[in-house]
Amino acid sequence: MFGAAAGYTAHYANATSYLSDDPKSCINCHIMNDQYDSWSSSSHHARATCNDCHVPHDSVLSKYLVKAENGYRHSKGFTFQDFHEPIQITRAGREVVIDNCVRCHEAVTHEIRMAASSSAPGNGPGAGGVSGGMNCIRCHANVAHGPMR
Amino acid sequence: MTTEPNLPSAPAPRRGGVSKVAVFWIAAIAFGAGTVLVMMLYGNITRRKWEARNTVLRVADITEATIDPVEWGKNFPRQYDGYVRTTDNARARFKWGDGRPPDDGVESAAAGDPHGKKAGSKLVSDPRLETIFNGYAFAIDYRERRGHAFMLRDQRETERVKQRPQPGACLNCHASNVVAYREAGLQLGAPGSLTDSLTSESGQKQLFAGWEHVNPMTYADATALVKHPVTCLDCHDPRTMALRITRPAFMEGIANLARSDDPVPHLPSIEQWRKGDRDAEYNPNGLASRQEMRSMSCAQCHVEYYFKGDQKRLTFPWHNGLKIEQMEAYYDEVGWNDWTHKDSGAKVVKAQHPEFELWSQGIHARSGVSCADCHMPYKREGAMKYTDHQVQTPMAHVNLSCQTCHHYAETEIQSRVDQIQKRTKGQLDRAEIAVVELIHAIRDARAAGATDEQLTSARELQRKAQWRADFINAENSMGFHAPAESLRILGESIDYARQGITDIAKLSPAPTGLPAASPPPNK
Repeated sequence: MFGAAAGYTAHYANATSYLSDDPKSCINCHIMNDQYDSWSSSSHHARATCNDCHVPHDSVLSKYLVKAENGYRHSKGFTFQDFHEPIQITRAGREVVIDNCVRCHEAVTHEIRMAASSSAPGNGPGAGGVSGGMNCIRCHANVAHGPMR
Repeated sequence: MTTEPNLPSAPAPRRGGVSKVAVFWIAAIAFGAGTVLVMMLYGNITRRKWEARNTVLRVADITEATIDPVEWGKNFPRQYDGYVRTTDNARARFKWGDGRPPDDGVESAAAGDPHGKKAGSKLVSDPRLETIFNGYAFAIDYRERRGHAFMLRDQRETERVKQRPQPGACLNCHASNVVAYREAGLQLGAPGSLTDSLTSESGQKQLFAGWEHVNPMTYADATALVKHPVTCLDCHDPRTMALRITRPAFMEGIANLARSDDPVPHLPSIEQWRKGDRDAEYNPNGLASRQEMRSMSCAQCHVEYYFKGDQKRLTFPWHNGLKIEQMEAYYDEVGWNDWTHKDSGAKVVKAQHPEFELWSQGIHARSGVSCADCHMPYKREGAMKYTDHQVQTPMAHVNLSCQTCHHYAETEIQSRVDQIQKRTKGQLDRAEIAVVELIHAIRDARAAGATDEQLTSARELQRKAQWRADFINAENSMGFHAPAESLRILGESIDYARQGITDIAKLSPAPTGLPAASPPPNK
């Protein structure tokens, strides 16, 4: 009985779609419609999907760990309707995004990251993580999500 | 050996039996509770899915004649809930002094029956205004702004209307008048019937004929034709719910603006029309984009205007453009003045509530942000997204209005707005002090025997200085809609007022009452 109910509910909630990389899964619950729309009209639309930037790609394990953590937080928020509007990225989420900026734009940002890590805490090569402590999206906020309206 | 230890363990099978039953029941209850929780989750998901799918349930028939907002509210309960809450006045933010002085004898809406009370008097909180508007109805009664819900009641009750006869043209922006205008037009022989779409040819003829008829009526006669403050029908097409322009004065005003050469990059459909053959007048119904309509709907009332000629034709002074000096130039060209100042004899103009004009000079307009984007932001209930119809200050919902674009903490955004408004208020105070000093200087020079000819230049400077200070005072954002433009306007106001004071001081032979002898300005 429980198994059937849980199984059907999971099916009804399109649970398996969350295992995929399809950006449409991210607007299953409509909260991210604005983010989806602004991504659709942004310069990154042709090159990167939601998951390319918003989940880690260093290992399958960390990818699904982050997915699980995000999924739990989002479904809790949507079910109990107790999240900040407009939605805001978490600190950990931002770290993931910045690491992914570097993953694709590694060569072109090499000098910047080298220079940054020399002044990052614990300065020297490797300090401040792969980005050298730089926050790419502080300036490049619009490349992946254009204006919201 | 084996039997001995078995003895004490004799009850063990019984215990084992009990624990099996207990485990069974605990498991059953756990699975039962789990199933209930899962079914609740299922219910929640179902509700969200339906919310996303179904936004409107049509239960009432809405037509061109449906004035009563309650009827519309049956189909659009969420929008209606917001609309009726424009009675909530507690949120009005930047007030004069404390906004509602206790000695004024009126109480705030929050203190009791929201419909029985009047807003606080600006004349009490800023006595300079009594000097500035001396000889005009605004020196009799001038109160704080408040929500849309009060517009008709406040207009009927203001001493400006009670003590001074006002025309029916006032009604244009204080009531739901579309049907009243059309019915008046039909009685005068306009073609068609009330069931025609307002934007059809016959609908427009009815509207304009009725409007022209009501404008010169007495206010008492005109206000008897209406029942409601602004309602749904004044902004929305009853069939499609699309925004549409319903006010003839705006149609004429925006057409005149289109024919001017003032750049309006924030209104792209006008720029587009200008590139065409210009045979037909610019008509927002049909040419304006949805995003432009989200500002133009508001611009039907939140603008500068005057009543032209004997027919009291409500007219927006946009023939040269939307900037303050362009409107001033228009008033100078047609020789318009609202009244002759009682103390100084200067022919002066009263600014109304030029929100649309000032917003047009600011960065938000330039970036394509409409009135509704901030004052009526999108709101969510479950998975349902709708426009908040409780029109009010965006500071009441900084997250929904500002954070959509500005990714900073709410406190940071709020303090930036505070800074802009405090700077503006500081300069506005200086401008009003200067204007009052100029008025007193002219008054004293006049009393000391200065001729009209001698006072001409000072009076013209008063007209300019007063119009500018009043423009920012009457505008409802305390500079926020265009901060740099506001400070420019106030800088000019101070300059003109001080020039006028210098002019008086130069009069020779010096009249006895020099500016220095005038009473100290009100603080």
